[in-house]
Amino acid sequence: MKLAYWMYSGPAHIGTLRIASSFKNVHAIMHAPLGDDYFNVMRSMLERERNFTPVTASIVDRHVLARGSQEKVINNITRKDKEENPDLLILTPTCTSSILQEDLNNFVQRAAMETESDVILADVNHYRVNELEASDRTLEQIVSFYLQKAKKLNTLDVQKTVKPSVNIIGVLSLGFHHQHDLVDLKRLFEDLDIEINQIIPDNASVKELGLLPKAWFNFVPYREAGLLTAKLLSTEFNMPYVDVTPMGLLNIKTTIQQIQRILQDLQCIRNYESYVALQTKYVSQAAWFSRSIDCQNLTGKTAIVFGDATHSAAMTKILVKEMGIDVLWAGTYCMSDKKWFQEEVKDLCDRVIITDDHNLIGDMIAKTEPNAIFGTQMERHIGKRLNIPCGVISSPVHIQNFPLSYKPFLGYEGTNQIADLIYNSFTLGMEDHLLDLFGGHDTTDGITNTLSADNIIQWSPEALKELSKIPGFVRGKVKRNTEKFAISREYNLISLEVMYEAKEKVNS
Amino acid sequence: MSASTHKSPTFECETGNYHTFCPISCVSWLYQKIEDSFFLVIGTKTCGYFLQNAMGVMIFAEPRYAMAELEEGDISAQLNDYEELKRLCLQIKKDRQPGVIFWIGTCTTEIIKMDLEGIAPKLEADIQLPIIVARANGLDYAFTQGEDTVLAAMAYRCPDTIANNSIKHNNKCTTKTVIIFGSLPDPEVKQLSYELNKQNINIKGWLPSQRYSELPAIGPGDYVIGVNPFLSRTATTLMRRKKAKLISAPFPIGPDGTKEWIAKICKVFEIIPQGLEEREARIWSNLEEYISLIRGKSVFFMGDNLLEISLARFLIRCGMIVYEIGIPYMDKRYQGAEIELLQQTCEKMNVKMPKIVEKPDNYNQLDRIRDLQPDLVITGMAHANPLEARGINTKWSVEFTFAQIHGFTNSKDILELITRPLRRNNGLQAISDNIYTIPTSTNQ
Repeated sequence: MKLAYWMYSGPAHIGTLRIASSFKNVHAIMHAPLGDDYFNVMRSMLERERNFTPVTASIVDRHVLARGSQEKVINNITRKDKEENPDLLILTPTCTSSILQEDLNNFVQRAAMETESDVILADVNHYRVNELEASDRTLEQIVSFYLQKAKKLNTLDVQKTVKPSVNIIGVLSLGFHHQHDLVDLKRLFEDLDIEINQIIPDNASVKELGLLPKAWFNFVPYREAGLLTAKLLSTEFNMPYVDVTPMGLLNIKTTIQQIQRILQDLQCIRNYESYVALQTKYVSQAAWFSRSIDCQNLTGKTAIVFGDATHSAAMTKILVKEMGIDVLWAGTYCMSDKKWFQEEVKDLCDRVIITDDHNLIGDMIAKTEPNAIFGTQMERHIGKRLNIPCGVISSPVHIQNFPLSYKPFLGYEGTNQIADLIYNSFTLGMEDHLLDLFGGHDTTDGITNTLSADNIIQWSPEALKELSKIPGFVRGKVKRNTEKFAISREYNLISLEVMYEAKEKVNS
Repeated sequence: MSASTHKSPTFECETGNYHTFCPISCVSWLYQKIEDSFFLVIGTKTCGYFLQNAMGVMIFAEPRYAMAELEEGDISAQLNDYEELKRLCLQIKKDRQPGVIFWIGTCTTEIIKMDLEGIAPKLEADIQLPIIVARANGLDYAFTQGEDTVLAAMAYRCPDTIANNSIKHNNKCTTKTVIIFGSLPDPEVKQLSYELNKQNINIKGWLPSQRYSELPAIGPGDYVIGVNPFLSRTATTLMRRKKAKLISAPFPIGPDGTKEWIAKICKVFEIIPQGLEEREARIWSNLEEYISLIRGKSVFFMGDNLLEISLARFLIRCGMIVYEIGIPYMDKRYQGAEIELLQQTCEKMNVKMPKIVEKPDNYNQLDRIRDLQPDLVITGMAHANPLEARGINTKWSVEFTFAQIHGFTNSKDILELITRPLRRNNGLQAISDNIYTIPTSTNQ
């Protein structure tokens, strides 16, 4: 048993449902107790979805517990088949139902004999994989199922398109800014003169999955979902794939270079160098922005980064290499992608944190006191408590991170978006400067913004007054550094002198 | 009475394929109500994910609840339940120093048959902290029924009334004290107490009380009354275990319900209510502005929180037409007086008695909604946006459980909620008329 207040990623069935509800005309049936269909609420509220979420539950109640599901699941499958006429029905086990150890596969096979639609059982273990891993697996499972089917029916089309083309794999419902990213990705490929063969699973039809091999290569923008599918297509059809996330100028460049290389291997010589240069210089404002004098004030500012592997790694790279910001540590809750993440950020920051315990992250932030945080909703709340600004860069998120306006994180427009986010998260340059000069506009005595304030050390009234003159956003840090210093010198009263001494000795 | 028999309510029961909150959601309001409590939900990631998302912002305010997340070792009994729970409870005791720990059993603890009721007394003695077990799981219960299971478990912990014969004998009919069960926010507690005090009735205690240590003593002969329609287990427990006498009354929701609720208590104590009719009439007249917006309009309850009968009764009295009352579970005995009032209200307002659909089937309901085109659908968030996109006004049902809706004073709040979508639409007429309508082709 584990004491838990908060989770970064949800249970496995959420991942499966995100895949199912992304496809067009696919219906998921959860084998679940009453109340487990909370996914529908999330989708309907967060994405402000206008259509009914194609997820229903085959309710596990007391009777099911006593006698087994018997015909119930099968009846629910065949009923949904008639009512909704979907192309595919996915039976999804939940934490609860998976301990019942009913032979769901058998139900699926029996139901499939009566249904017009295809029926499959989501193959995920609820006690071993989380939401993200489950989404990756389910997507692979569905693609694999339809490729097999196409093979059997001899409808598999492996004839490559005339012009270079790509499949974009892993754009999901409830994904962090996925819809906006997709717009920018489409633009990118249009600029590169590459056709888009298929985008899956977003709004895709399972009937057309047999056409996936027509593309020249595959593109996986996010590591969390799609890699398994890309690997499957690579082994089955020898399709190369790009798994660099085009987030930030450097990553976009790498992405385009890899694409160029793949095309070259396929005897299509393209040179995108001047395109990259032009975009970097004029379309994206980010490079110029970091060069502009206003951003000089960001030099030496510190930040921490935490989120899913994709966004956290890319953000760290942007902060360090594109904005000149000091990243104290970077981390991810994607424990299964640990190795990749470490490799990616190891030269960019002092420490790498791999954990899914938000308490640990909270303590780390309190201890390292960055000038800004880039994380999830949880880090935003930690930041609020510690009075440290936070830019949200990754799921889990709230409704405000499903904005109506166009806010991609990927592509060249994404770089502008991110530059704004970074810059606005730090106190604005001039304001920062003036606050320093005039002792801040905040004259309240609120100086206890520590997570665990232990006041063993006394402050003299003069010293306190001095402390209050220090701008709010660094006051906590000065206070703690002075206290640390006083403890090391075994002072128990902080006078003005001690404060000055501390400032001289400690580089705060 | 003959009129009521031919208009007797029709009850239907569907498949139970409907959307509602999991009953563990009750921790979110109960931990705030019982100030020295800590709620430990013993379940899986699914339970945790639900709580964290459903409770939104509250989760960041250091709530006094947590998950005991079961891992594979717990499911396969490789780990010892007692030791595991002891470790977590000691941790909670150290970090939070609660006055009581509630264990909320979930679907998983049911299925693996974790003996929470057996472990709790032992552990309670071991760590010197009361532990109360409530099985609020989605296998057996819906949404607000979670509170019912918790209060029923708490009822056992209420101290027994000290048998003081002299008082009992002398004051048998003149004590006029009542114990109220049901968790309400503080302002509502104060308002209802005020109403009863005006009738010279004293409240001996509330279940739940503000603190665990202040649980009221309940014993044979004590009168108890519920404030919410979903508390049937608690009522049963108080009657059977504590030998208390249950006052069966409609619930104090809406001015009509509140009047009947108070009148029923008065009747039991043989008190002639003072100024009650006038008070009710005054409230009604204050509501006229809202009522004029909904009079003659129709409403459809999809059903998910068991407040439906009381709300429907109030809205009929306001002049609305109720097409269907969906409800997760219908206790005809506990809600008897409420159903009777519903019937009388229908007769009074001269409308047909609505159909009561237990364990509704949301898919079928959506079909009926398409046919009936009600002016307002009261439903969960899973259906609200899609219905709005099809031109149907909705009110999110969960708001009724979190808003203050009891007593005379709060009647306005109910209508504030009910009329909000209608008022909103009046405001938006310029841009959204005819944009969102039921599509002619079935694009659902």
